[in-house]
Amino acid sequence: MNDRIKKLRQQTLEAVNSLSEERALLLTEFYQSSEAREISAPVRRAMSFKYILSNKYINILDGELIVGERGPSPKATPTYPEVSLHTLEDLEVLDQRPKVSFKVDEKMKKDYEETIIPYWKGKSNRDKIMALMSPEWKNAYEAGVFTEFQEQRAPGHTVADGKLYRKGMLDFKAEIQNGIDAIDFFNDPQAYDKLEELKAMDIAADAIIGFAQRHADKLTQLANDEQDSDRKKELEEMAVVCRNVPANAPKTFHEALQYYWFVHLGVITEVNPWDSFNPGRLDQHLYPFYVRDIKEGRLTKEQAKELLMSFWVKFNNQPAPPKMGVTAKESNTYTDFALINVGGVKTDGSDAVNELSFLILDVIEEMRLLQPSSMAQVSKKNPDRYIHRVLQITKTGFGQPSIFNTDAIVQELLRQGKSLEDSRDGGASGCVETGAFGKEAYWLTGYFNLSKVLEITLHNGTDPRTGKKIGIETGDPASFESLNDLMEAYKKQVNYFIDIKIEGNNKIESIIGRNLPVPFLSIIIDDCIAQGRDYNAGGARYNTSYIQGVGMGTITDSLTAIKYHVYDKNSLTLDAFVKVLDDNFEGHEALRYDLINNTPKYGNDDDYADDQAREVFEIFYNAVNGRPTARGGAFRINLLPTTSHVYFGQVMLASTDGRKAGEALSEGISPVQGADRKGPTAVINTMSKIDHLRTGGTLLNMKFAPQFFEGTEGVNSLTQLIRSYFRMDGHHIQFNVVNADTLRKAQKHPEKYGDLIVRVAGYSDYFNDLTPELQEEIIRRTEYENF
Amino acid sequence: MTGVIFDVKRYAVHDGPGIRTTVFLKGCPLRCWWCHNPESLKKSVQDITRTVKLDGKTFDVKEKIGREVSVEELMTEVLRDSMFYEESGGGVTFSGGEPFMQPDFLAAATKACHDQGLHVAVDTSGFVAHEHLVKVIDNVDLFLYDIKHLNDEKHRNYTGVSNKQVLDNLAFILEKGKRVIIRYPVIPGLNDESSQLKALEMLLEVYRGRLNELHLLPYHNIARGKYERFDLPFKMDGTASLSKADLEPLKERFIKLGVEVKIGG
Repeated sequence: MNDRIKKLRQQTLEAVNSLSEERALLLTEFYQSSEAREISAPVRRAMSFKYILSNKYINILDGELIVGERGPSPKATPTYPEVSLHTLEDLEVLDQRPKVSFKVDEKMKKDYEETIIPYWKGKSNRDKIMALMSPEWKNAYEAGVFTEFQEQRAPGHTVADGKLYRKGMLDFKAEIQNGIDAIDFFNDPQAYDKLEELKAMDIAADAIIGFAQRHADKLTQLANDEQDSDRKKELEEMAVVCRNVPANAPKTFHEALQYYWFVHLGVITEVNPWDSFNPGRLDQHLYPFYVRDIKEGRLTKEQAKELLMSFWVKFNNQPAPPKMGVTAKESNTYTDFALINVGGVKTDGSDAVNELSFLILDVIEEMRLLQPSSMAQVSKKNPDRYIHRVLQITKTGFGQPSIFNTDAIVQELLRQGKSLEDSRDGGASGCVETGAFGKEAYWLTGYFNLSKVLEITLHNGTDPRTGKKIGIETGDPASFESLNDLMEAYKKQVNYFIDIKIEGNNKIESIIGRNLPVPFLSIIIDDCIAQGRDYNAGGARYNTSYIQGVGMGTITDSLTAIKYHVYDKNSLTLDAFVKVLDDNFEGHEALRYDLINNTPKYGNDDDYADDQAREVFEIFYNAVNGRPTARGGAFRINLLPTTSHVYFGQVMLASTDGRKAGEALSEGISPVQGADRKGPTAVINTMSKIDHLRTGGTLLNMKFAPQFFEGTEGVNSLTQLIRSYFRMDGHHIQFNVVNADTLRKAQKHPEKYGDLIVRVAGYSDYFNDLTPELQEEIIRRTEYENF
Repeated sequence: MTGVIFDVKRYAVHDGPGIRTTVFLKGCPLRCWWCHNPESLKKSVQDITRTVKLDGKTFDVKEKIGREVSVEELMTEVLRDSMFYEESGGGVTFSGGEPFMQPDFLAAATKACHDQGLHVAVDTSGFVAHEHLVKVIDNVDLFLYDIKHLNDEKHRNYTGVSNKQVLDNLAFILEKGKRVIIRYPVIPGLNDESSQLKALEMLLEVYRGRLNELHLLPYHNIARGKYERFDLPFKMDGTASLSKADLEPLKERFIKLGVEVKIGG
């Protein structure tokens, strides 16, 4: 890492997170102007987008090579009052909260009080959504049965594909014009809507070109003032880049990166879409530029790396826009989930790993930034040496890159009806979500609390935390004579709540489709131009809405505990069990011990437990999969939590797996924390009993001590572990390399770390089984090895 | 046919090639001072009581060390990880204790694995009656073979048995063309003196070309707690653990003989 990058990296690490009123003020100014009146929604959105980009402050940072900030300075995050309006109290909370805070200055508070809140109150997308939700929806939402993604952020959930690198905005404008010319006012009842949408896209294309020109002008001006001749030359070259892209297709590696970055800023300025935006298969898109520039002497490998690093810093400068209320708890992080993909397969199905894949991995390792996130696609066609390189980075314990099964992703996409080529060009974004990049709008709509529904079932439709009847009456649990009776009741409750969720989703999709079009994003996602239809209104080639099941481990273990203790061992009645939960195991410690230690658990390759996972999967899948969405797509499931398993645990009493009230649920499809005690192969065998191919992504997190990555043998074994999981169609695996801190926690709470294996001396053992002295020694060694 | 085992460890990645399942058979005729599996010594199933804490309360939990399994049950268990063996070139390792303490069970289990096409390794002290070895050897692809001391008198002192049979069996196994990895636990003050190391060199020299792999296992006092739990005398007081780095010079020395050396198993 050279001095320039060191400086830029330091700058982004030290930048203080703050909120900026700039965007909200410009937006409000435009909406209040006479121009904004009596025009269609898409054109209004496009004109406001153009107004913001034409007037926002252009900040070019000292030494940077890729330019453009969403806010007036790094980590100055705008707000989106048209989507959700922060109150003054919210601003205060964001400013003051100890974690993930955003500084808010007096000017911003004043602007909010005097201008922004008075204009937007009651008009935001969130207000419109909430006004239309049924009492049943609100009950379930407030009880923590599910969350709602679109109440505070706009859908987005999409990724760029390779067309950006082949077409400039002027090319897109020509396509838009062709679309306008082809509109058939004689026969097409949608003709007017198409015209307005295409006009809006055209305005948005001009807006981004103008935005780049403003950067070019500023760069020229900076170059004129620059004393240092090297930097002067750089600034002049950067000005040339910004005059060429995104108006035209990029010609060089540098232009390709700068092009993407302008597009990225466009997408995240237009609205606050979930998962920000994402260049997707970066090694594939950039490779032709890389090869050509090097061959023609325009670029060295070192320069390519420097440009990539400068590009990396830009992501880290744009934190996730802050939320409030329930959603803030469910996902509270500065990370905005731009997940860069490397590896996988090419459109023709061949091995896609190239020299640039490795160079990007070097960048990930050296930059070690929170953003962008990164992942490695692993196909059976990719070489082992590539996985080895990925694991070397994983070993450093920074949680990146996560590892995905390309061959599973392709099959998941094919099952959903995508073409083979579109599937191969896809990947995963956000956390683990499968998508056809550049062609699919795959919205996440909310997390679904599978365990909460059991809690409600065990109380015959009542939420025991509030005493409120929010479910349907499926019978007094005392009347259930077998696990089957309970499962039937559970299934009815799941179906009931999924119906409520889907009814809400369909209303929300309709509201967003009409009121919150995104003409800029629509330019770059197929086939919005061709259809003359907005991304948010079903214009993409593929439209999918996901409901994400959370807590597979907890629900499986809870049902298994009932099966084992109530129906097989007859050691207590279901009625009595429910009372124990209501008492939070107070006075039933021996039972809790038995539940944790002597009851079959998910994650141990034991069908006695894993059968319940299969059944829950089918219930959830059948409730959701294939149902139509309001924008002409289909509902699908995936199994990922982000951090919602923590929130979902907080809204629950104790559960029959031994979990106490308020404690977190298990995450993704991973076993309950500490419940897997037969090692990683048993975990993987359990995970492969779930049909990953019928989901749009599953998340498996595994804890490993750094000693497991030692030497070629360690890395080889982990590689083979991954290969085996992927042969069994596993979707994703992430290695959480434990640090000394975790080991200390394990000493204090052994019951939560029953799965923790450490390498001792020539062999491995469960951490819990080691003597305190030896535990200390392992902790010391781990501290040492991590650095 | 049943046997007594005290553990089945999956994802064992240091007991032979690839990802393996290691089956620990109970019972051992040796009494090595440094043994770190004292729970493996007795062949019978043992009851112990452990004290555990949960929610600030203490529980006395009765546990059994060891369980009786049939060959069929064991096979069901080890075959669960077939995918991992295939993918990694791994298989099943039988360890102990001394697995040959249950010769008929070992023969039946290794045969069952061999018949399924699994790679079979046996981790043995070599203190085995010749007839037992003969029953098993054709089912085995790899021996992880302990050499603990080359001076018979000292061997008797530290392990309780003579090393004659150990060395004879080694010759026999090599004669049969089987792959053997020597595992030498380096115990400070007990078997790391220069005459011993010289003797080990000579042994490797004798079998040059047939015996090319050596694992040096650094002594670790990890098991002390277990001795207390099983109420056994601990003879290694005052002996410090060795680190990997401590064995580097030794590794270099043996590499010079053209032997592949690894520190740790």
